[in-house]
Amino acid sequence: MLVHSRKARWAVWTAFLVLFLPLFALPLLVVLASSFATNWSGALPSGFTTGHYAAATRGESLHALTTSLVTAVTASLLALLVGTWAALAGHALGRRARRMLDTLFVLPVAVPSVVVGLAVLVAFSQPPVLLNGTRWIVFLAHAVLVTAFAHQSVSAAIVRLDPAYEQAAASLGARPATVLWRVRLPLLLPSLTAAAGLCFALSMGELSATMMLYPPDWTPLPVQIYAATDRGSLFTGSALAVVLMTATVLVLTAVSRIRTRASYR
Amino acid sequence: MSRGARPRSTAPLWALPPVAVLGLVFLYPLALVVRQSFRPDTGGTSVEAYAHVFASPAFRDALGTSVWLAVGSTAGCLVLGFALALVIAFIPFPGAKAVARFIDVFLSFPSFLITLALLFLYGTVGIANGLWTGATGAAEGPFRFLTTPWGVLLAEVTYFTPFVMRPLLAAFSGIDTRQLEVASSLGARPARIVRQVILPESLPALAAGGSLVLVLCLNEFGIVLFTGAKGVTTLPMLVYSKAILESDYPGACVVAVVNVLISVGLYGLYRVVSRRAGA
Repeated sequence: MLVHSRKARWAVWTAFLVLFLPLFALPLLVVLASSFATNWSGALPSGFTTGHYAAATRGESLHALTTSLVTAVTASLLALLVGTWAALAGHALGRRARRMLDTLFVLPVAVPSVVVGLAVLVAFSQPPVLLNGTRWIVFLAHAVLVTAFAHQSVSAAIVRLDPAYEQAAASLGARPATVLWRVRLPLLLPSLTAAAGLCFALSMGELSATMMLYPPDWTPLPVQIYAATDRGSLFTGSALAVVLMTATVLVLTAVSRIRTRASYR
Repeated sequence: MSRGARPRSTAPLWALPPVAVLGLVFLYPLALVVRQSFRPDTGGTSVEAYAHVFASPAFRDALGTSVWLAVGSTAGCLVLGFALALVIAFIPFPGAKAVARFIDVFLSFPSFLITLALLFLYGTVGIANGLWTGATGAAEGPFRFLTTPWGVLLAEVTYFTPFVMRPLLAAFSGIDTRQLEVASSLGARPARIVRQVILPESLPALAAGGSLVLVLCLNEFGIVLFTGAKGVTTLPMLVYSKAILESDYPGACVVAVVNVLISVGLYGLYRVVSRRAGA
């Protein structure tokens, strides 16, 4: 306890709440409240309605939600495959080679997402691989953006892995493939699911690269939210944003349940 | 490799497939962007696009805006994040744990939600202006900063402060509270304890968090896009408007190359700093 006098402590706590609530809690509350309102120009929203949700869960918007979900799942799986493979392969390398591999895989975080979008657009709008106008260009861009996070979180977990397990398995005659499949991957399962959750959340909210290259028939939810607010339908935009947040939190919760079950095993 | 006579010979082979995939979907596209930046629409190879972009006031404006917004937001995040993390860690209140967990959830939401909320709070027909016109009877409210760089600054400070708080909270949990008790019992006031005990211990975390936020702010696109401010153009915004709205791909690629050089340079710095901090 840094501050001992009771009065000073209350002063600090009050200051904390005065800063914290308007900055962090209020924005989320405002988005939530406005998604149920028909009008908001005073202190409180007026006109309770669930109409925005009715609009947000049918037609174009429902399609945007499934688009986002499919994109996020596909991109996360691709990222997890490549990121985990790179992390496992990197662990077996020497120090310098591993550092180079780490740098290479972390690079997409440093490059602006808009530029990643531009680069993927430029590269796959021309032969030999033509993906422009298909949903695969969106999957690809999202996978590139989230692979770095999958790689980082898995390679951090590999370092903490106790080598005694795999050594014991190998000394009992298990082949490398068996050791990988029956020992290492199960031990890594908690961090794999954590990485999957992170990738999923990032891909669900991805806007920058998507704006550069989404085809007209594959518009993810963030793009739909932007389109709604851009034409002035702020309330529809918030309903869509609440749908986005809810979907993200639900999947994250489900993933963390898998994780706790995996770590109890 | 310094492992002696027999390195694990198949290990580099196993690293090849993921590197090849990354090369195909990330490095090769980036190389094409660089190539395109030297190829104007008229054909041939020249630095014409560079000369054109560097001479344009829009680019200089965007570069200046990007840099000062990123530096300003980072400074704001560092001050605010340090103060808030300090309270959570050392003057804990009932519910402080829940607040820390809330911050983790906050990080998983997209950045443009903040701007969306700010549009309701401070937009032209938003709550703040509505309250003002209701109270004074004026025709228009005084809050117009949302479409200026200050609106972007506010949104960026809000969204990125948790990125500073997380490493700080981790660093704070490593500080032995007995140190603080001793300093306090020897008569040091809280301000002095913060300055002489806590701040030195948390400098690496501050540096790491700060440089990460600096890069993320430079690359931020969603927040700027959602304010809908025509007057605020940052480098990523310029890339988008040149490529998608004007179909000027060589120009967009030039801005992209500049943006990548700045960001990757700063990110390299971040990696060095955070490695020092972690060691």
